[in-house]
Amino acid sequence: MAFKSEADAQAYWKENVGIMLKLLVVWFVVSFGCGILLVDVLNNIQVGGYKLGFWFAQQGAIYSFVILTFYYARRMGKLDSKYGVDGE
Amino acid sequence: MELQTLTYIVVGLTFALYMGIAVWARAGSTKEFYVAGGGIHPVANGMATAADWMSAASFISMAGLIAFMGYGGSVFLMGWTGGFVLLAMLLAPYLRKYGKFTVPEFIGERFYSRTARIVAVVCLIICSVTYVIGQMKGIGVAFSRFLEVSYEIGLLIGMAIVFFYAVLGGMKGITYTQIAQFCVLILAYTIPAIFISFNLTGNPLPQLGLGSTMAGTDVYLLDRLDQVVTELGFAEYSTDVRGSTLNMFVYTLSLMIGTAGLPHVIIRFFTVPTVKDARASAGWALVFISILYTTAPAVAGMARLNLINTIEPVAGEHLVYDERPQWFKNWETTGLLKFEDKNGDGRIQYVADKTTNEMVKVDQDIMVLANPEIAKLPNWVIALVAAGGLAAALSTAAGLLLAIASAISHDLLKGVFMPDISEKNELMASRVAMAGAIAGAGYLGFNPPDFAAGTVALAFGLAASSIFPALMMGIFSKRINKEGAIAGMIAGISVTLLYVFQHKGIMFVADTAFLGSLDANWFFGIEPNAFGAIGAAMNFAVAYGVSRVTQAPPQAVQDLVEYIRVPTGVEGAQGH
Repeated sequence: MAFKSEADAQAYWKENVGIMLKLLVVWFVVSFGCGILLVDVLNNIQVGGYKLGFWFAQQGAIYSFVILTFYYARRMGKLDSKYGVDGE
Repeated sequence: MELQTLTYIVVGLTFALYMGIAVWARAGSTKEFYVAGGGIHPVANGMATAADWMSAASFISMAGLIAFMGYGGSVFLMGWTGGFVLLAMLLAPYLRKYGKFTVPEFIGERFYSRTARIVAVVCLIICSVTYVIGQMKGIGVAFSRFLEVSYEIGLLIGMAIVFFYAVLGGMKGITYTQIAQFCVLILAYTIPAIFISFNLTGNPLPQLGLGSTMAGTDVYLLDRLDQVVTELGFAEYSTDVRGSTLNMFVYTLSLMIGTAGLPHVIIRFFTVPTVKDARASAGWALVFISILYTTAPAVAGMARLNLINTIEPVAGEHLVYDERPQWFKNWETTGLLKFEDKNGDGRIQYVADKTTNEMVKVDQDIMVLANPEIAKLPNWVIALVAAGGLAAALSTAAGLLLAIASAISHDLLKGVFMPDISEKNELMASRVAMAGAIAGAGYLGFNPPDFAAGTVALAFGLAASSIFPALMMGIFSKRINKEGAIAGMIAGISVTLLYVFQHKGIMFVADTAFLGSLDANWFFGIEPNAFGAIGAAMNFAVAYGVSRVTQAPPQAVQDLVEYIRVPTGVEGAQGH
């Protein structure tokens, strides 16, 4: 199966890139943002025994990455069916 | 039972398992040899990718480094997991759709150039071989420590075993073997962590234990750790920045894009049936990797605390050297742990000040292996850790060897120099290439004084600066042409190699590399291990600039880019 029209193909790609960029923003914020750039600010907040910035750098970023990749796979699956390119 | 006997039994049993699987799954056709007929389920593929990915660096080395780096060690944790997000979104689905065997094959076709393909092969071989040497070293050290043989004999045994299943089994053997190896290594990593976390905090989950209070008190473990290390004069554990914020940023980025550019990981995504499965596979791989990576910070912090508590059980009361525990003696004989009684009181003083510190050498790489002994865990747990470390090192070495073999036999011989080569001869050539790579990496593993940690970081920097940008631009831009891609790859890898060699010497000595003090001559204070990200930026910039002033790629290539962006109509690796 392929796209019904050239316009569909372009729209699909545009949406695909849009989803990707949004998720990459999250990817950046949880690791480089919370874990590195803002670590001192977040360290003022204590969650249990963890300083929050330290927690993001050594735990939180990793959990977020897992969620991001699965969310991406699910979101792309939906996009595929919207444009009829989910079959084999 | 004796620890020695128990270690032989546990390691022996796990090896028998891997070899049994390798023989059972002996590959037939070329396609099966490389990519297992494209018929592997995403969860299984995720597990195998995780085993491929987590090497001696992750298992043996990383937590030990974090134990001494504290917060600064986060670069490894975020860097080596965040790369999978890039892989899942930027590369895996498209390369799967493209559906050929190897990474250079894609680069050669997308940039319609044999030169581009050869440059890609060279980059791939440089970073894979660099990485394998580190693994060979890890295998040798682990064997020699636990089987009480010399390092050389340990390395030879390791080479023979890698040869046996990588060469005879091919990808399919490796895939199933690696699933078994994943199970062994993850149990070996988590079981001692659970014991230690429970002993220290009463919470069996290490991820929560690190954030809990010390058992029987209301003092948080991390606060206690910060307190004891600062009392000894070290930097505060939970806020100890590695170099500078910029250095940590660039280091993390370098490891992330290096992860997404490592050929042996990318090749994994050719082994699933569909594009959809390729996306899911990356997620599953990350789940399995995260089990180790979220446990590692707890292993690190608790190991540091246990080490200090052993040496100085009560503040001001130091351990008498003659009463030191067995593990201390064992590691002293390896030369990786050294004590020098500077003040002649017969007791061990461990402090940050170099003039009075008597623990003159604590090699960070021993921490994970020594950790269960320091925490006085049962012998079977210690034996299991040995088996896990070997599984991690062997599985990664095998995956890398496969990537090297396919680059040589498939890309260089069949793709460039001998297009008419028969399938049988190609398979033979790839086996010979693997054997050659094992011999070469093994040989280099014998000779240089120390290669482990620095080598692995360099391998990532090289992959980040050469392969990842070429792949990404090949997928997301139709305008990048062969001139741009070739110039970009060469610029990226050269800048990185030059910077590293300039600061660490051509035979970089790794044993102090991770703790070495920051050099004033570094470019904006960026350490050589982190320079791959700068190389990658160079690659992108050069490729873009050169492509702007040269001719656009031909229509057929632009159609190829369109084609890989459509998730359906997968062909190629799904078996003949």
